[in-house]
Amino acid sequence: MATPPGPEKRYLDALAAGRFEIQKCSACGKHVFYPRVLCPHCGAGDLGWVAASGRGTVYSTTVVRRKPADGGDYNVCLVDLAEGVRMMSRVVSVPPESVKIGMRVTARVAADLVEFLPA
Amino acid sequence: MRGTVAIAGVGLAGCGEAPGWTETEIAAAAAKNALDDAGLGVHEVDGLVVASTNSFMSGLALAEHLGVRPKFTESTMVGGSSFVGHLIPAALALNAGLCDTILVAYGSNQRTGVGRGEAGKYKMALDPQPFEHPYKPFNPPTSYALAAARHMHQYGTTRAQLAEIAVAARRWAQLNPEAFAREPLTADEVLESRMISDPLTVRDCCLVTDGGGAYVLTRAERAKDFPQPPAYLLGVGAAHWHRQISSMPDLTVTAATESGQRAYEMAGLGARDVDVVELYDAFTINTLLFLEDLGFCGKGEGGAFVSDGRIAPGGALPVNTNGGGLSCVHPGMYGIFLVIEAVRQLRGEAGARQVKDAAVALAHGNGGVLSSQITALFGTKDTL
Repeated sequence: MATPPGPEKRYLDALAAGRFEIQKCSACGKHVFYPRVLCPHCGAGDLGWVAASGRGTVYSTTVVRRKPADGGDYNVCLVDLAEGVRMMSRVVSVPPESVKIGMRVTARVAADLVEFLPA
Repeated sequence: MRGTVAIAGVGLAGCGEAPGWTETEIAAAAAKNALDDAGLGVHEVDGLVVASTNSFMSGLALAEHLGVRPKFTESTMVGGSSFVGHLIPAALALNAGLCDTILVAYGSNQRTGVGRGEAGKYKMALDPQPFEHPYKPFNPPTSYALAAARHMHQYGTTRAQLAEIAVAARRWAQLNPEAFAREPLTADEVLESRMISDPLTVRDCCLVTDGGGAYVLTRAERAKDFPQPPAYLLGVGAAHWHRQISSMPDLTVTAATESGQRAYEMAGLGARDVDVVELYDAFTINTLLFLEDLGFCGKGEGGAFVSDGRIAPGGALPVNTNGGGLSCVHPGMYGIFLVIEAVRQLRGEAGARQVKDAAVALAHGNGGVLSSQITALFGTKDTL
């Protein structure tokens, strides 16, 4: 009998199918990201999966400087999701330096990754 | 633990550039210098503590290289804070009577040896971080840049204030003949230098050098018999809350708030009692955050605190008196150099950069991306 995959693979498999899902603890009700075996808030072992709202706010942001020949500058940021979890990501479709702390953003799944657009 | 162990010898080797030297050879050379300083032979070492960014079994490698057969070997790896953190198991082992003479050593050829880019690729493959690496953070600078950006947003800290930290470190380095970067540096030059990951420029980032360091730790009653005045361990505390920057709860508050409190409590001291401060300055924002989190100023006040040369030579609070990771030496992990500079200041042997009548020194190690925080307080015999 096949063993179900661990939480990391479960997350990445969903992403590969175009779904952005995060964990929610059935004991304390808090959301969890990144995917884990135990709830880091309460220690319970029963983490379920829910569709992420995709609504977020930029908590911090930087522009990584790169030579134009290597692809140019790009954004790296931390986004707080409405569910109360934080993730590293990037805001696309706008110049990297125009991404500001406090900016409202919306998630999309692109090339097996979660990235954000201005809301 | 307070006052039960002391550092009897310190040594450096290969700081700056050491082309043609392996990391174990640099560590061995630093070990020899520390043992000579303590008046000990290598075969008197019966406890060995080592960590490496590249070797999985650095403790075994250095023991083999030195020809010692330790009863106690310890290689906890919590990034650059490791060699401050090693004080804890080392002191426990000495106090338990497991061994009598512990050598703590580090060596790296990061500048001239195995390229960081190449090593980084292998590390990423062996230790993937799938929730960060796909976004290509240029780490470590990007993680520290995110913390700096948040501090600036929340407290109005400015790039010019961060630049003051780089300038202060350079002014200390100019007083230290062993420092790697000693040419003059102005705040404008910091601000106008190449941006790496906003808001940090290349001059907000530490050096990339070769180098090694070592110290010898013994029980306090024995340390009195060695040639150098002992630097007594008065307090030490550790804390960590995250590994990756995306898991740090508040990017403006580090676990130094806890490690510092633990060290102060053990020592029975507070920030006001510290004469000389050695903080792990991998980036300018580190110095600012640790000054706040270790109680030298309030949260959010770091920018104003470092202004007008307060932490530079001649300022009210001597910080990073060897020039720090920003201007003295930074071979991958800087922790051991914090301890060595603290000891030298307490001995009064720091030459032009000597802090007058230094009796209590604080060494604060940082590892990972503001992750592992470990604070140690050392004192002269008068502080026991």
